[in-house]
This record gives sequence, C-alpha cells and structure tokens, in this order.
Amino acid sequence: MSKPIHGEESASYDRSIIDYIHRASATGLYEIRGLGAKRKLPHFDDLLFLAASLSRYPLEGYRERCSTKTVLGTRHATKPIVLDIPITIAGMSFGALSANVKEAIGRAATAMGTSTTTGDGGMTREERDSSKTLVYQCLPSRYGFNPDDVRRADAIEVVIGQGAKPGGGGMLLGQKVNPRVAAMRTLPEGVDQRSACRHPDWTGPDDLTIKILELREITDWEKPIYVKIGATRVFNDVKLAVHAGADVIVVDGMQGGTAATQTVFIEHVGIPTLAAVRQAVAALEDLNMKDRVQLIVSGGIRTGADVAKAIALGADAVAIGQGTLIALGCNGDHYFKDGQPISAAADYASLGTYAGACHHCHTGRCPVGITTQDAVLERRLDPDWGARHLKNYLKTLTMELTTIARACGKQDVHHLEREDLVALTVEAAAMAHVPLAGTQWIPGSTV
Amino acid sequence: MEALSFDLARDTVRQVNQRLHAGGAELSGREVRIFNPDGAHNIAVGLNAPVHVTVYGHAGYYAAGMNCHASVLIEGSASTGVAENMMSGRVHVKGFASNAAGASAHGGLLVIEGDAGLRCGISLKGGDIVVGGSVGSFSGFMAQAGRIVICGDAGDALGDSLYEAVIYVQGTIASLGADARIEPLGDADITAVRELLAAAGLNHDANHFKRVASARSLYHWNADAEQEY
Repeated sequence: MSKPIHGEESASYDRSIIDYIHRASATGLYEIRGLGAKRKLPHFDDLLFLAASLSRYPLEGYRERCSTKTVLGTRHATKPIVLDIPITIAGMSFGALSANVKEAIGRAATAMGTSTTTGDGGMTREERDSSKTLVYQCLPSRYGFNPDDVRRADAIEVVIGQGAKPGGGGMLLGQKVNPRVAAMRTLPEGVDQRSACRHPDWTGPDDLTIKILELREITDWEKPIYVKIGATRVFNDVKLAVHAGADVIVVDGMQGGTAATQTVFIEHVGIPTLAAVRQAVAALEDLNMKDRVQLIVSGGIRTGADVAKAIALGADAVAIGQGTLIALGCNGDHYFKDGQPISAAADYASLGTYAGACHHCHTGRCPVGITTQDAVLERRLDPDWGARHLKNYLKTLTMELTTIARACGKQDVHHLEREDLVALTVEAAAMAHVPLAGTQWIPGSTV
Repeated sequence: MEALSFDLARDTVRQVNQRLHAGGAELSGREVRIFNPDGAHNIAVGLNAPVHVTVYGHAGYYAAGMNCHASVLIEGSASTGVAENMMSGRVHVKGFASNAAGASAHGGLLVIEGDAGLRCGISLKGGDIVVGGSVGSFSGFMAQAGRIVICGDAGDALGDSLYEAVIYVQGTIASLGADARIEPLGDADITAVRELLAAAGLNHDANHFKRVASARSLYHWNADAEQEY
C-alpha cells in the first residue's frame, strides 16, 4: 500500500512562480509574449448602469433613433474625422499582423463607417486601399514613416506609449521579419528587432508642441493630430499633450495588447483602463477642454457594455485591438480551409499552449494565421471571412451600446454620463469616481 | 524664372509652406528665397518638388523636415531635427546643427559644415550625412542604413545599437556605443567617403577616416551577449 502524499504549496512560491524561476535560471533571458495583462484587474465589469425608470424616461428599443455618430479632431483640423460609430480599430502593425489581416480589418471598419490605424511598421497598400478612414501612427522607431503616407492618411497619431508597455518600445522577433517586413522597416531580414522607446527628434512636451506643428504644416492643417499615451501618470500626461496641441488624446490602459514585449512589462507596468479613463477626463475638464479635445480610450474594451461605460465615463470613442483579433479567430479552436473547419489544436500544442490560453503572437506561428508572416499560416485567415466576422462583432458592439443608451433614455450614445453609473466594488468606485451601488458614497470624495 | 521670395518678418511660416506645397510642377527648378527666418520652426517642411530654397539666416526646429526632391540651403545654423525623415534631395547647413540632425532620414544628403549636436543621424534609414565638424553623444544611435561622415570628433556612445548604417570618423571617438566597433577601412569605404566629401564640398583625405559599423551581436536575443537589452 502506497504512502499517502501530503504537501502544502506555497502562496508566495506557487507553481507559476516556480516555473518562472526555473525558466529564468535555465535561459538567462526574460520572457517575451503577446497580448495583454492576464491578471485580474479592476475593470468595466465592476460598473453597472442605472437605467431609466420613474426618474428617467427610456427610448423604445428599435423604434427611436439613437445616434452613434462620432466626430474626432475638431480642435484644429480643417478635416476632422467623422465616424458612424464610436468604436475604432486600435493601431496594430503590419509585421505583427499579416497583410491579409490588415485588409480584413480595413474592409470591416469601412463597412461599419469607422477608422483603422497603422502600427509600428508603416502603412501597407492593403490597409490604405481597404480603409476609408486610416489613422497613421508616428512612432519612435519611424519604421516606414514617410511624408507620402502622411499626406495619404486621414489623421496622424503620435505614439508616446502603449498600455501594454508604457515606457518601452516595440519588439518584433526575427521569425516575423520576412523580406517584405524587413524592407518596409529598413532592417536586415530575420533580425530580432527592438523598436526605440523615445522619439528620435524630440524629447519632451515643449518639443512635442513643435513636432505637432511640423505635422500640421506638412498636412496643411487638414488632418487631426492624435497623441497616444500608455496609461501611467494619466492626469499630467493628458494635460501636457493638450498643451502640446493635440486634437485627440488616446489613452491605452494596461489591459491593452501587444504583439510582443516582456511579460514583466505587461503585468507590472501601467494602470488599469478603468482608472486611466477617469484621470484623462479629469485632466480635460481641468483645462476646460472636454468638448474641444476628444478622448479615445483603449485597453481591454471587449463588449458593447464596455464601450458604453467608457463613453459614460467621458470618452468620445474607444479603440479595440485584442477584441478585433479575437473576432478574426484569435484563440479559436479551428481555422477554415475551403470553407471547412480544421482543428488548430496540434499547432497550439506545438507552441506549448491551447486555444484560449495562447499569447504566442511573438513567435510568428499563429495557429489561426493572424499574427504571422508565414506564407502558409497566413492563408488560414481568409480576408472575406475575417472582414465579415469583424463587421459582425463591431455591429454587435454597436447594438449593445445603443441598447444601453436607449435604456438610459439617451438619443445619442454620447449623452451617456457618469451619473448613469454605479460601482460594484470600492476599488472601482474610487477609480471611476462613481458611487458604490446602493450608496451615495464615492471613495475619496469630500462631498 | 523669377525667384519666389518670402520675408518671415512679414510673412508667416504657414504662408511659406502653403505656397511651397501648392506649387507642384510649377515650382520645379525654381529658386525660393526666405529672408529673416529668425529661428522660426518648421521652415520648408514637407516639400515635394525639385525646388531650390535658400534660407538667409538661422532656422528653428525641423527645418526642411521630411524633404522630398528639394534642395534647401540654410545660410546659418539649424536647430533640432533639421532634415528629419528626409526622403530625397539635399539639405545644406552652412553653420551648426543642433540635436537629432537628419534623424530617421531615408534618403538624400544632409551637409552640416559646422558641428552637430547630440544624436546626429539617430535612427538613420538610408540617408547620407556629412558633418564638417564634430558630433555629440549618441550619434548614429540605432541607425539602420545610410552613411554618416564626421570630419571632426565624435562624442560618447557613437553608433549605439547600430544596424547596417556605417559611420566614418576622421577625429577621435570619445567612446563607442553598444555593439558598435571599429572595422578596417576598405577601398569601397575610401571611395564612398571621397564621394560624400566631394558632394558636400569639403576637402579631407578619405584615407584618414575610421569605419564604425555594427558587430551584429545584438541582432538576436541571447544570454551570452552580456548586454542590457
């Protein structure tokens, strides 16, 4: 008879920490991975809406119009961005994503009347051709950045940081730097590329003011200039960006995704989106710029409810990255070939993972053909199929958003307000600055 | 054809750039004179025609930024980011240049007759830069392609994290950056330096330059590189 096994696993040194130490001691290198923070964080799930009843009058669900029109860049640009919905596609690079994916995203966004955004790697022909409204990122690396594309873009987004890695630059490991990516980025093929984290030609908010003016001059003051920050010291950063002349502020919380960065960055740097959005709005209100400078919030926006909550807290629009990829099949069990589903389980297993837990974008071996530059894997994502699914996802989010807005008695989703929200937890109440449900109590409030 | 003249004591930078952007083919080959720049920022940015611009004085930030095709002569000094992200053409600074001269330039030739400040040629992507004097620290940082010729001395951390750009230095180098190394000067290098000096109108012996290029030890992640990266 075998001896009973007894043991007590440590809370401080649990299995994941033991694995981490074993891996670090075996390799001498930090872990790099894709997607966003996996830890449990205070989020929009911790907020609820107070819909209409006697004190508010609701709109009929599908008979009364509820506007989703969104205008961005009204401060200085002579050609602001006009969108049909307040849900935009976040910046994701060609290099991180395949050209097929960029095309599918552009087509879906165009069909829904919203914008897409380039990434750290320049503008591809596929995404320009397929995107009616395209935001062109000006990143520290300046990979593929050129004035022709500046002129071809509909808006320019100066990227200071990203929620998944504020203070850090991008990464693209060698297996994704194929000949086309290498040529666009002026890099040797196969190099493990690390992007700069500081812009090459400016170093602070005063310089940024002049840089923004340069971009305005080059575009003859037509195009809105966005400034994107990774959420850390949001209140001060937003104020500095507004002072520097931004038309639109993009705040990316720590749940925001990435194609590749150090895990320690993803899980331990930055603040949650829920905390960031309130700080950003407070900064705009403090400057009396709430209606002149628009705010886009990103980082873990997944559902129509998330969109509605972000808007109610003061955002003008949201940007979606990981949700976009998941709509295209990321972390799905299968991909399609000739219309038939093919299991991707073996491909996930070869990466040491499974559908639902995959964050191996950095490897370039995406089992469903999204975050890859491999010619064979890339074909697993059919742009037609992808565009259709992403359009459906955006449509669903929009319907959910207007459902909530109507229930709150709003004829325009932008009329959602903080007063419509309560929090489920003390933490969320403090971060979002809304009352704990069933109370009038806002932690930290003197009222 | 009569020269096009602007006076920034009277005209605005916006008026200058708007006129130069709107000119198109009509501006091709035309002389443009800009007087009294007085350190104004963003002079002649985003040009996209083979026009010949002369700035009579000192220019502020980003002079001739993102230049395509144009030839811009600055008869004075230039502040931060002169000719940043230049794609083609030529920018010539008769005086000194501040930080980040020629940053991320993809093409064209930037000539600085005097010294250049910090991070000259940072993130260079294929352009050529010739500096008659010395350059500050972190010049050539993460430079990916193109050539930098420095007739004077180079500051600390020259060529840090270089990719495939090559730096030629005639004077002393305070220190090399991570992954940068001095390599033998070959015949092709001597020819290249000679041609670049000639294009810049500078007279130095190409044989006296040192070649700095990437050791390529940081091209792939590995624990043995012993680098903070």
